[in-house]
Amino acid sequence: MRRPRVFPSTRLLLILALATAPGCSRTEKPVVIGAKKFTESVILAEMGVALARDAGAEARRDDLGGTPALWLALTQGDIDAYPEYTGTITRQILKADPPDLAAALAEKGVRLGRPMGFRNNYALGMRKDVAAELGITKTSDLRDHPDLRCGFIHEFLDRPDGWPGVRARYNLPQTNVQGMNHTLAYRGVVEKALDVTEVYTTDGEIAQYDLLVLPDDLHFFPSYEAVWLYRADLGARHPEVVDRLRRLEGKITEPEMQRMNAAVQGEKRDEAQVAVEFLRSKLGVDAVGSAEGTLAGRVLATTGEHLLLVVPSLLAAIAIAVPLGIVAARRPTLGRFVLGAVGLLQTIPSLALLLFMIPVMMWLIGRGTGAPPAVAALTLYSLLPIVRNTHAGLTGVPRSLRESAEALGLPPLAILRRVELPLAAPTILAGVRTAAVINVGTATLGGFIGAGGYGRPILRGIDKFDVPLMLEGAIPAALLAVAIEALFGLIERAVSRRG
Amino acid sequence: MFTLRDVQKVYAGRPALGPITLDLPAGRTTVLIGPSGCGKSTLLRLLIGLAGPHKGVVAFDGAPVTPETARSVRLRVGYVIQDGGLFPHLTARANVTLMARHLGRDREAIAARVDELAALTRFPADGLDRRPGELSGGQRQRVGLMRALMLDPDALLLDEPLGALDPLVRADLQAELREIFRALRKTVVLVTHDLGEATYFADRVVLLRDGRIVQEGSPGDLWHRPADPFVTRFVQAQRGPEVPA
Repeated sequence: MRRPRVFPSTRLLLILALATAPGCSRTEKPVVIGAKKFTESVILAEMGVALARDAGAEARRDDLGGTPALWLALTQGDIDAYPEYTGTITRQILKADPPDLAAALAEKGVRLGRPMGFRNNYALGMRKDVAAELGITKTSDLRDHPDLRCGFIHEFLDRPDGWPGVRARYNLPQTNVQGMNHTLAYRGVVEKALDVTEVYTTDGEIAQYDLLVLPDDLHFFPSYEAVWLYRADLGARHPEVVDRLRRLEGKITEPEMQRMNAAVQGEKRDEAQVAVEFLRSKLGVDAVGSAEGTLAGRVLATTGEHLLLVVPSLLAAIAIAVPLGIVAARRPTLGRFVLGAVGLLQTIPSLALLLFMIPVMMWLIGRGTGAPPAVAALTLYSLLPIVRNTHAGLTGVPRSLRESAEALGLPPLAILRRVELPLAAPTILAGVRTAAVINVGTATLGGFIGAGGYGRPILRGIDKFDVPLMLEGAIPAALLAVAIEALFGLIERAVSRRG
Repeated sequence: MFTLRDVQKVYAGRPALGPITLDLPAGRTTVLIGPSGCGKSTLLRLLIGLAGPHKGVVAFDGAPVTPETARSVRLRVGYVIQDGGLFPHLTARANVTLMARHLGRDREAIAARVDELAALTRFPADGLDRRPGELSGGQRQRVGLMRALMLDPDALLLDEPLGALDPLVRADLQAELREIFRALRKTVVLVTHDLGEATYFADRVVLLRDGRIVQEGSPGDLWHRPADPFVTRFVQAQRGPEVPA
């Protein structure tokens, strides 16, 4: 197959920058268990990690956001297994309901485990007192209350087996529908800022907040039985891991899952611990979960991960943006195009750019999740301030000085190196400084695609509504931004003194 | 040393210079003078290829100055502009030696040449390691002159070199400059709008108006044998101090 040509040096730079990213140099690939960004998925993934370790394999968990990202990561080999639900497989992944689900998945190199035991169906939920007041007892009763305020997660809003489908089946009239985080939607309902949200029937919050789960009287929602999806080659690489994972089949009941979810959501307990305790009591597996370590140890680890996103992406951005800025300053017509293009990059929402980078990096270097796409997206995001300031710094060099250098007989490249770039250096440095600070903040979004860094505790904290956990990411991120500001302040002073 | 044959220069559709035919003889000091906008600075820029003529030929030492030859011409011609045109990020010494270092000249030879030039221009040795921002206007001008002379050029071009200085410094520097010109016996082309300064330096004066030569000759020719009424007016406009009795 022919590939479109990519500007070779750009590609080289990206690869160079990514060579320093974690995970690339490891020879023995650990078993990676994927998790979606909600508690139950994280608990199940932690069970997977503990079971894989019990089988003697090196294993870790990767939080990858929503279904499409996980499916992509699984088929591309970034993760080896993840817990999924049968309804999601047929409706969202395959968009078909084949008679033999296992065979349909096998065609894509993916194996399907047998159900773990519990169902986590979609349903709509309300406060019991609000529902009673309106006389609502089942989903079809919602038809008579068009003014109800609904809040759903974005994925539910988009999925054919989510809001669009349920609205069509029940002919629901509600128009006040917002997309929001699942945990926030629960808070909204509890505090009466919202009337209806989607619930998963194993959610710990249902019992915690004593919510009413509206019966699906027209039988719209499919059955969502929890199963393992794993790569066919995992059986070849680590047969004992597959064995251990499948020991969960038929072992988790709905009340057990609800209790575990509530332990994490309500009591703010650690997912790995909850998972390991379950394995111990139910399977008799004396497993080791992900080591949580001390607060200082965790912050040190996330700081390391964060710097591995920020530093390579910033260096790559400098290597690309300074030459671009020079070209833009030399060729005004081309310059307008360059400045416009990097400006346009900045208008892409950072999360969208991050997700867009998953297939791009898969194609470029064969790794579509984790640090590489995050570093690539951050690199693109850091271009604008550096290109713009390089351009401004160079065009700001007085004409008389340029001419003075020409009159000496210096060739153009020497003028650039000995006169123009040194004179523009403070402006260029200010651009790099801006890029660095933006970069530190934006890198927290790397948590969405398993890139690690401060985004991981922040996103898990939001999901669990665990403020200390959020701060565990947010405060170091702010401190790092301040530290980088201070560092550049020192560099700028040194540069202006030396000249 | 420099010759111009039917040279014309157009800026933004308007003729800025010429057509001009002019010889600038070797070893002599020629002063280009005229009101602002007369094209005297443009003429200077044409000599070292900072601008190219639209018509005609500019030649240096018998060979035409073109974009291809301009760099080699510039290495043999020193150029000084108002306020020195010094690079603010470099020390005085680094400004003076920039081109020599770029050419990879011997370090010791460079250091010796800087000392020689500092003595010639009476520049204080401790000022060599200061940046232009820390020097006085007169000192900056001396650094500009040292930089122009660094590679021992055949010719020296100066564009209003003393324009930004106060009268006392200016008078001192004028005297020193004339001494230097006489000692070095180089081809000098100096642009000024001050007739007093012109007559002080010039072997030959070229008076320009609207891009054309109105008169060329010795300073005395302008005073005593004006070519047209403009020359008379220009000469008379330069008044000395009017001291009441």
